[in-house]
Amino acid sequence: MSLTRRNALALGSAAIAVTLVPLRAFAASEKSMEAIKAFAGEAAVTEGSFDLTTPEIAENGNTVPVSFSAPGAKRVMLLADGNPSPGVASFEFGALSDSSGSTRIRLAGTQNVIAVAEMADGSIVQVAKAVKVTIGGCGG
Amino acid sequence: MAKARVKAPKTAAAGELVTIKTLVNHPMESGQRKDKEGKIIPRKIINAFSATFGGEAVVAATFEPAISTNPYFQFSFTVPATGDLVMKWTDDDGSMIEQTKTITVA
Repeated sequence: MSLTRRNALALGSAAIAVTLVPLRAFAASEKSMEAIKAFAGEAAVTEGSFDLTTPEIAENGNTVPVSFSAPGAKRVMLLADGNPSPGVASFEFGALSDSSGSTRIRLAGTQNVIAVAEMADGSIVQVAKAVKVTIGGCGG
Repeated sequence: MAKARVKAPKTAAAGELVTIKTLVNHPMESGQRKDKEGKIIPRKIINAFSATFGGEAVVAATFEPAISTNPYFQFSFTVPATGDLVMKWTDDDGSMIEQTKTITVA
């Protein structure tokens, strides 16, 4: 292929597109990564598809409704990625439970809410949802 | 003292999935706020919750300061037979709140 002006432009824009993609992919903060590691142990964490329901925009960060449903999960952990300390809650479910739950949490600002679940077969699955927070909820 | 309110059905069919709603009146002081003199207000939250039905564990949860004031928690489980749903909340100061709801299978 001869390097014409047209080809050079095409290559350049392709390179830019490639470098932009990883930025959009989900990345958890260091503290949350540690918490996820502690939760998962040796098992590999995969992006999953169980239900995590959060509002897209939360006006008041002091009380943001969050619910999840991970049928068959033994354990579920909720993290608020952008809070001063990311831990929110963790749950262990017995055989009678359908491994769902709903609560209200505090979010310091716009950030990702992460749910990590250990399924019945021991696999670790993670789901993240972005929440826009108008007024943060960590006092101060 | 904190008070817990629980909404649970009184009766259920065998094997029915019932939803329980719980709410505790509690400040859930996060330990990160400061008072007027700039001193940190000590943390005081409900740090654990557990529910058992007929002696069998349904859900056990640990809460961090990121849970809102007046912690609300909703969960569901299948009712195998008539039994008592025993719920316990543990406060940072060591005190416990306990509530029991009987669900009758007709």
